[in-house]
Amino acid sequence: MTRVAFSLILALLLSSGATVRGATEPDAAVLAAQQERAAAIAKASKATVAAFDARGTGGGSAVLISPDGFALTNFHVVAESIPAMKCGLSDGKLYDAVVVGIDPVGDVALIQLLGRKDFPVAEIADSDSVRVGDWAFAAGNPFLLADDFHPTISYGLISGVHRYQYPAGTLLEYTDCLQTDAAINPGNSGGPLFNAAGQLIGINGRGSFEKRGRVNVGVGYAISINQIMRFLGHLKSGRILDHATLGATVSTGEGGVTVDDILETSDAFRRGLQYGDAIVRFAGRDITTANALKNILGTYPNNWRVPLTYRREGKSYDTQVRLMGVHDESELVALVQHEQENPSRPDKPEPKPGDEKKPKTPKDPEQPKKDAPQPRLPGLNRLMKEPKLPKAVADRYTKRRGYANYWYNRDAQERLWSTYLKRAAIENAGYNWTLTGKLETGGGFTLELTEQKAEIKLPTGNSGAIFADDLSQQLSPPGSGGLLLAVHAWQRLVDRGLQRFGEVYYLGRLPHGPDNRVEDCVVAMFEGMETRFFFADDTGDVTGIELFAEDDADPCELSFSNFTEFEGRRLPKRWLVRHGDPLAPAFAELVIEKWDVKAGPKPAGGAK
Amino acid sequence: MNPDRQTPHSPGRRRASALAAAPPRRATAPAAALTLIIATSLLCAPPAQAAAPSNSLHQTIRDLQRKIVKIYGAGGVKGLEAYQTGILISPDGQVLTVQSYVLDTDDLAVVLDDGRKFKAEQLGVDPVRELALLKLPIEGEALPAFDLAAAATAEVGDRVLAASNLFNIAGGDEPVSVLQGVVTAVAPLDARRGAFEASYRGNVYIVDAAANNPGAAGGALVNWRGELLGLLGKELRSRTTNAWLNYALPVDQFIASVEQMRNGQSVKPDESTGKPTEPLSLAELGLVLVPDVLPRTPPYVDSVLPKSAAARAGLKADDLVVFVEGEPTASCDAVVAAIGRREKFDAVRLSVLRDGKLIETSLEAEDAAGETKAPAEPPSAANDTEQDKPGAEDANKPAEEAPSDDSEK
Repeated sequence: MTRVAFSLILALLLSSGATVRGATEPDAAVLAAQQERAAAIAKASKATVAAFDARGTGGGSAVLISPDGFALTNFHVVAESIPAMKCGLSDGKLYDAVVVGIDPVGDVALIQLLGRKDFPVAEIADSDSVRVGDWAFAAGNPFLLADDFHPTISYGLISGVHRYQYPAGTLLEYTDCLQTDAAINPGNSGGPLFNAAGQLIGINGRGSFEKRGRVNVGVGYAISINQIMRFLGHLKSGRILDHATLGATVSTGEGGVTVDDILETSDAFRRGLQYGDAIVRFAGRDITTANALKNILGTYPNNWRVPLTYRREGKSYDTQVRLMGVHDESELVALVQHEQENPSRPDKPEPKPGDEKKPKTPKDPEQPKKDAPQPRLPGLNRLMKEPKLPKAVADRYTKRRGYANYWYNRDAQERLWSTYLKRAAIENAGYNWTLTGKLETGGGFTLELTEQKAEIKLPTGNSGAIFADDLSQQLSPPGSGGLLLAVHAWQRLVDRGLQRFGEVYYLGRLPHGPDNRVEDCVVAMFEGMETRFFFADDTGDVTGIELFAEDDADPCELSFSNFTEFEGRRLPKRWLVRHGDPLAPAFAELVIEKWDVKAGPKPAGGAK
Repeated sequence: MNPDRQTPHSPGRRRASALAAAPPRRATAPAAALTLIIATSLLCAPPAQAAAPSNSLHQTIRDLQRKIVKIYGAGGVKGLEAYQTGILISPDGQVLTVQSYVLDTDDLAVVLDDGRKFKAEQLGVDPVRELALLKLPIEGEALPAFDLAAAATAEVGDRVLAASNLFNIAGGDEPVSVLQGVVTAVAPLDARRGAFEASYRGNVYIVDAAANNPGAAGGALVNWRGELLGLLGKELRSRTTNAWLNYALPVDQFIASVEQMRNGQSVKPDESTGKPTEPLSLAELGLVLVPDVLPRTPPYVDSVLPKSAAARAGLKADDLVVFVEGEPTASCDAVVAAIGRREKFDAVRLSVLRDGKLIETSLEAEDAAGETKAPAEPPSAANDTEQDKPGAEDANKPAEEAPSDDSEK
């Protein structure tokens, strides 16, 4: 052995000598590529975050995506530390951070670093264009090595795309993820995976480890950035997010991917999907196996609307379906609470990276998820573990059941609503409206509203609604799903404002309207009915209203366009009213010619 | 020496071991240093190389994935995965994979890259290399397949890709996983699985990619042109370091065996190149080591029997045996075991340390060719073998094998 060591030393000595003599001059292309790579790594390193929990007992990684400090990480990195984190950047500085929103099913969390408005950010790429054989590198803080927070870089190949990794129970499911042989180790969790150009393609969250100990064995997984960007609006809502299901189970067989069972309460069922139908395309992808459907489904948030093509008796049908939640809200809250107190391993034999925490007794990974939350013991231990929040965090944190951080929800609601009120100058519009105009299909209409009732005269006939008692029975005109009620809800929100309307919350960003534009959505509940208001990004106008009279019924969908001035107010001239199949002809398309607002006897107010 | 009895220990690259960074013995020192520089620059080069031909690398990988199959069979209990990988080696659906418990079922399913699933029939097994040849019922089409006859070889430092269904990540019609790395050594396999030693002891490619994970066995190791280099083996640990090995069986080590299996013959275990039928012993070489009193007694030579193979090779008392057939021997046990892996009629190479110098020797207990040679010497009284004469080659061998101690300087 001495011999070997000796030869090694000898070789090293000689090799350094040879280098000095300049025995080999690397190819210019090699040097150029090396420089490119170094530049990509330098750029990417700036946006990479070393994330620590508030107690300083563990941590992972994260990546900045906006100059005001929003950063992505894993749910399992923040789970035990909500709401406060400490985050280090490659400049060596440590910042306070607050947890904004969590997606426990997808293992994603959004945090905000505080104290700067000019944080370096990662450039975001299209992860659907990533191919097997692309080079990629992971940045992060594996084994929490970096005392100066400068990220560790590991380079590798994209080994697989559109991979699926099973959840633990119903949480921490990795769908449509990227697989890389760049080393992903404990502590890399939540950190970025970049392509060779240093653009963000995913968030590293787990690896396959099995029997070789909890270190990289060449198989790491990153949640695709495309999936995360779809959830980003929702994450900013501060809510605990849910993923989506079709409401049907499928299996792969001779006839393709066929429906075994379908919930009659699902939108897919209402759109015509039946037992025995074969699913051909979903969300823009060909579906050849049941796994492929499960895989793509997991990349969508609850309530998202996606195109679906199915085949029945040789004939194929196109439609669009609204996805439904995997969990009901209380179930999800309980699961998250349980996860915070007893973090599970993401799946059977695979421990999660990032679980670089104080030593814990390993739990049985097969342990079934509790349906009920574990009883809390508000003992001394718990009190000692609850550190005082830093002021910057406390200023941006509001605790509320069902939310990771209600502060952000409230903030979004108020921002959208105040912008709208100012923009539309609608604050004092009251309930007494008379609108007249014509239909695109021909003929005129008159719509008269008061606080108590409404009436619409259409070429097809007259109908009315009384806003008292059971509102869910007042869905006129027939076939609209509740047009009059939807307009009433709008008036009510304008009149009463966010505080007095009923339960109001910011949902996030959802596709809506005939072109499925993704816009901010505020949900307002009254009389057991859910109303969704959509707001344009640029103008702040209310561009749509959806009224769900019942949970499992099609909503009345109102889409507004052609915003015009009516008596000093900025209001939509064109109303598209749809109900049911989004690809079927609309219920009506109204063109408003006159919009008469008689300020009601009661002074409008309450709008905040 | 009997030319028909090529042992796996004899091929040329025997010393490119896990110590690969050390210069090859025969190289002069500056040349060795240069080799090291080249190896280092190759290691640094991946993205540089990726820049220009990255499109072709994508295509190479896609073509590679199409030649890999996923195999599902017995297993599924804790620690025993019910899946492994295989490679297509003929357009009509011959699949080469590793022999394992996964194949112990009548319901063996093989899934192609396009997701099609077939029931496979087993054509033959090679229990030595632990290989099995399967046949899929393919008719009227030509599947993408590797041509074993056109396989390539790789050197230390060559960039490689490992394709397999490790961890069964690729379900249904998903393409298998591809990892990249470098050949870090070409060395004899010295491995165990649990308490059992691997039966194959020939050369393998050792790679720095984590190629041999659960389910990866039977996958392909290829170069960047997509040419087959070897078959990924089962999960094994180094007998010496206990580390998990990442390795592949080179094609030239199994091509003949596959030919036999193709002809419907199973390779007989007693034809094993790994387990000698008549093992060589120290006594036959006339070599006596110091009494083995410690768990790891350093293998110093205690005495050399006169007129023995050891004596002819010039071994002396107090020589320290450091390598047997290029394998490091840290203890008396290791020397006994390493020599016991040779056939009686094999020559065995010993490297000994004497006065700080490494001396290479070759010992031959029984000279197959010697029988025709004269004059015969009477066997030594202390030597119970029919060991005959020195033989001209014996004298030449040490000179040829150990021309220089240069590498030590």
